[in-house]
Amino acid sequence: MKSNKINLLLEQFKGSLVIAKKDMKIYYLKPPVLIFGVLFPMFLFLAFAVGREVPLETLVPGLVGITLFFTASTVVPLIMPWETRLRTLELLVSAPIGVQTILLGDILASFFFGIIISLIPLTVGFVFLGATIVNPLVLLLNIIISSFCFSSLGNIMSFPPTGEPSQIMMLSNLIRLPLIFISGIFVPLPQMPYWGKLIAPLSPLTYTTDLTRYSLGDISFYSVCINFLMLLLFTVLFLLAGFKLHSKTMPKRIQNL
Amino acid sequence: MGMAIEVKDLVKYYGKFLALENVSFNVKKGEIFGFLGPNGAGKTTTQKILTGILKPSGGKVSILGYDIEKDPLLAKKFTGIVPDETNAYIELSAWDNLTLMGNLYGMPGKRLEERADELLKMFDLYQRRKDRVKGFSRGMKRRLLLAMGLIHEPDILFLDEPVSGLDVQSARLMRKVIMDLNQKGITIFLTTHNIEEANQMCHRVAIICKGKIAAIDRPESLKKTIKVTQSLEVAFDKPLENVEELKEIPGVEEVKTHGDKIRLFTSDPGHIIKPLVIYSQDKNLEFISLNTLGPSLEEVFVNLTEERRQDINEKQ
Repeated sequence: MKSNKINLLLEQFKGSLVIAKKDMKIYYLKPPVLIFGVLFPMFLFLAFAVGREVPLETLVPGLVGITLFFTASTVVPLIMPWETRLRTLELLVSAPIGVQTILLGDILASFFFGIIISLIPLTVGFVFLGATIVNPLVLLLNIIISSFCFSSLGNIMSFPPTGEPSQIMMLSNLIRLPLIFISGIFVPLPQMPYWGKLIAPLSPLTYTTDLTRYSLGDISFYSVCINFLMLLLFTVLFLLAGFKLHSKTMPKRIQNL
Repeated sequence: MGMAIEVKDLVKYYGKFLALENVSFNVKKGEIFGFLGPNGAGKTTTQKILTGILKPSGGKVSILGYDIEKDPLLAKKFTGIVPDETNAYIELSAWDNLTLMGNLYGMPGKRLEERADELLKMFDLYQRRKDRVKGFSRGMKRRLLLAMGLIHEPDILFLDEPVSGLDVQSARLMRKVIMDLNQKGITIFLTTHNIEEANQMCHRVAIICKGKIAAIDRPESLKKTIKVTQSLEVAFDKPLENVEELKEIPGVEEVKTHGDKIRLFTSDPGHIIKPLVIYSQDKNLEFISLNTLGPSLEEVFVNLTEERRQDINEKQ
């Protein structure tokens, strides 16, 4: 009985990897992904950094944090509305895989995209800006957990059962943009006003930025353990909320196919 | 013979709208079962519930004994689906689409590759296997979808309007493949508007109207249930100057033209052949063809769906 359940879970996880592979082939080079996942955070960061004397310990963590946040949360919200519009979702739902298997596959595709693209600002930081990694393990774990956390957040954004990707991209920017201003990207946490310090813990990006700062040799605002714990907590919360919301809206989405 | 599909008291509400009302039927293993109905009758809703895509509001569906609600993953392993709209992944190649579906059904790598090769050759897509589906014609996309539905060698195949919008050659190929698959023992559940297609291909048909089953039987048995006058269909070598003259032949109740053919409706076709021959000699006409026609499945369909509409209107 127990081994049956384990086999079923393994089968479903394999299904998620198949979905993720399909998503990588189809969605990584879609214009909205490149615009909102790569160009948009890059220009946003340039607008912040160019012409100002921003210290290296603020610049590199900010660049890594903003890139990871936007890239990891951009692919996944696009997939569901796109597949609803093209009616390809029907094929997936008729296969012997659960809705959560499909969602996990989409999240994994977004997660890998976040990790791959975040290597660019890291390389820029080390090669061109002269930053050094003091705690590589913390940095690696931070990138992995944060990427999964932001992908899970992106999954929540696509729960409305629409077939219009533009509507979801608007909604996701409405949620993502305010978060970057309260997460210590542009203003480090210790320099934030009192109200800023109060709302900063509500954003998972705060912990990513703080951990990046720590792994590059700076002092972190929260302890490393608290940072990781909060990131894991947000990940579980986003993952479960995304599964629940999609399960609720899936019948309507399928009905509209 | 065991049952491939068992449907009992199926009910589906969309909000307050009752889309399916106590729908019950069985499909035997190895059967081609046609599911006919006008637009909005509940055909697609029924098929989506049978394939585990939609959840019913009530009732029970079993696929080869597996309850589609309690064991959806097991039940789905035995079914293949070919939806009505072309919805393969257009950004992927034909090969990628096939292997994607095979992988989702957990097929082992080597067997999957062999099966994909076999299907691509069977559906005349092998030369284009590496091309993106975006550039495929409608017929090619339909063939690919059928191949995707068959990749895991299902026991039951659900087809939604399989030849709709296809050119003659693609439609013939599709029909041949469906018949061949059935010969190999695959149960076919065919949802269609095309009554003639159902008449030619199906062992049994169900007619659904306004969410309720109006009739289930063999096409020939259904034709016997209605008392429609028979007809003689005749084609002459040249057009008639006045078709209405044929009404004067004793026993002819109605005359209708169908293209270059004329249909004479009568309760006794045998008795009007002789006067018709005399008429043709008087008018110096040569027969090109002469056929007797019974009631068609289309007439059964119209009759039953009309009855159901009237029932509902009376209730309202």
